[in-house]
Amino acid sequence: MKMTGAQAVVTSLQKEGVEVIFGYPGGGVLPLYDALYDSPLYHILTRHEQGAAHAADGYARATGKVGVVIATSGPGATNLITGIATANMDSIPMVCITGQVGLSIIGKDSFQEADITGITTPITKHNYLVKNPADLPRIIREAFYIAQTGRPGPVVIDIPKDVFTSTIDYHYPDDIKLRGYKPIYEGKAQEIEDTVAVLRKVKKPLIFVGGGVISATATDLLGKLIDQYQIPLISSFMGLGTIPASHPCNLGMVGMHGTVAANRAVMDCDLLIGLGVRFDDRVTGLLSKFAPNAKIVHFDIDPAEVNKNVETKHRVIGHLKWSLQALLEKMAGQIPEETRAQWNVWLEQVQCCHRDNPLIFKKTDKVIKPQYVLQELDRQTKSNYIVVTDVGQHQMWTAQYYQFNRPRTLISSGGLGTMGFGLPAAIGVQMACPEESVLLITGDGSILMNCQEIATLVEHQLPVKVAIINNQALGMVRQWQRMFFHQRYSHSQFNNGGTDYVRLAEAFGATGLRATKMEEVPQIIAQALATDGPVFMDFQVCSEENVLPMVPAGASLDQMIEGAVD
Amino acid sequence: MRHTLAVLVENRPGVLVHISGLIARRAFNIESISAGHTEEPDMTRITIVVDGDERNIEQVVNQLSKLIDVIKIVDLTEEPSIERELALIKVKATPDTRSDIVDIVEIFRAKIVDINRETMVIELTGEERKIDALCQVLQDHGIVELVRTGKTALSRYPGSAKEDKEQ
Repeated sequence: MKMTGAQAVVTSLQKEGVEVIFGYPGGGVLPLYDALYDSPLYHILTRHEQGAAHAADGYARATGKVGVVIATSGPGATNLITGIATANMDSIPMVCITGQVGLSIIGKDSFQEADITGITTPITKHNYLVKNPADLPRIIREAFYIAQTGRPGPVVIDIPKDVFTSTIDYHYPDDIKLRGYKPIYEGKAQEIEDTVAVLRKVKKPLIFVGGGVISATATDLLGKLIDQYQIPLISSFMGLGTIPASHPCNLGMVGMHGTVAANRAVMDCDLLIGLGVRFDDRVTGLLSKFAPNAKIVHFDIDPAEVNKNVETKHRVIGHLKWSLQALLEKMAGQIPEETRAQWNVWLEQVQCCHRDNPLIFKKTDKVIKPQYVLQELDRQTKSNYIVVTDVGQHQMWTAQYYQFNRPRTLISSGGLGTMGFGLPAAIGVQMACPEESVLLITGDGSILMNCQEIATLVEHQLPVKVAIINNQALGMVRQWQRMFFHQRYSHSQFNNGGTDYVRLAEAFGATGLRATKMEEVPQIIAQALATDGPVFMDFQVCSEENVLPMVPAGASLDQMIEGAVD
Repeated sequence: MRHTLAVLVENRPGVLVHISGLIARRAFNIESISAGHTEEPDMTRITIVVDGDERNIEQVVNQLSKLIDVIKIVDLTEEPSIERELALIKVKATPDTRSDIVDIVEIFRAKIVDINRETMVIELTGEERKIDALCQVLQDHGIVELVRTGKTALSRYPGSAKEDKEQ
């Protein structure tokens, strides 16, 4: 069938099952937008390309499907960069289509030209510059395959303007021929057997889950493993929600702002089983003192993760759905009774530690404590919303005080720590899950980084509830300045007389509410949850609060700063 | 320890950028890199010499393998192989010193490929150490310019790197 390159892109997106795309038009992609005009694809026009990238990312995180974003050449494409890097760090499947100047004027510093394949090489799983229009269907097919198989990630397809307009004989390939890309599903049985052999001998096993378990949809298998063998579990920030927060084996988040019980368990365990984790520096603290008494078994789909940060005795490479299933089968009847008894003692020990060291903050009715807002949001949303966050103190308090019970209900920029991610990502999440209730928890710093997207939210009347934890400062920066830079608050305060977030919301056509006293918090939340459409809540919290416990950067996990500050 | 890696990649634009970019951003310690066509027109072979301990090498191989355009990586350090490098050396050569240089060139089984009134260009193919040794001797005469290709290597086994031996 004859069609233009632009039509070929639209047709191929439909063949990949794409329903929603996020984007922003411009000169380089005009032919593509012309083809979109007649297509059933639902296009969300954001107010900035960065917003489109984060929205596509949020869409992908909430569903596991590939998020699709379109931007024009030059500045349109470069505005995607933060969004692409965010997705890449958290292994989120995304296909980014960028316009490019015509083939004959590439490399001539043409108007709105940027070498986007060059720029995105370090932050994508793969990228393409389409030079031959006939390659378009194959490249789109490959891009979707690469984005969502193996360890997922973003793929960029850069398409010159004249490739969009040229006519091709369209054929969408069934087969994919990529000699250099053969994602692993099934791993080696021997590696499972080695793991079981180690398990049989240890007394204090600890399971450490990360975002990989969610991305592999292996949470059910993990639940079986935990329920059957009663092994205590800790989670990275990205792994929150894999196992219900209330599960008796769940010790919560590990690392810099992790629970006392989780961090102590790492120091005490004699076997640490990492499932879909990267052993990021925010988790490990001082590497040489991480899990000092433990053998480490690393389960991952990406062989390059093994031995990257921590030295690992054993590995199981493969898809977690395969490896956890295989582990369950091989473990059956293999764990001696006395070992199980020792595991029970260990479980009781860590549970006791968890009970004795709950997360605490000093309650007061003089000011609004940010942790109190989080507790109240958790209570009133019945721990059952999809929670999107931005980055900073509010993000860590969300991790600590919101009870995540289902996978894909915490949507946040973990690896890159992108402020401004939250609002556009929440748009993507609500588009992907119209049946779900979505709560965005953000800060007064983060919300202003992409507040133009309030317009998008209002245009589509997405009923996202937004809680701004407003401390009139860059809270996490201030915390570090307070703790490690002798209270020299260099440029971390917003001395702008207090931006009026209620009127900001109202200016865009959303509802705005404000709480300045503690007793107003519950009623403001209740009012927001009962209001249709997008609602912004401005919680004016005290600005001197620290996120605790805290392991200072570069310290070992047992050097926690605990307690609560006034 | 130094490892010699044979990296088979798709012969596509941008593939060298992907490889060199990855090496740079992961801060791998690369000593030399050389690339060229192979027996298959759509395949390029890159020889990379990398220094590091076992964990470093494992990371280099695993991270490079993740690149979609990388078809296969063989660590030639682990098998008997032939390693060669080519050097072109421009050395000062006056009528007085020419015969001395010619003697040196003969001892090293190198070749004189160009000559003018002031200099000579010497070509030498061989193992790295041999080239190092020649350079050292020629330094007394004054090396004007020197270019080396970086190491290339080929396994002595009857098969080719692209075929699967085990796995």
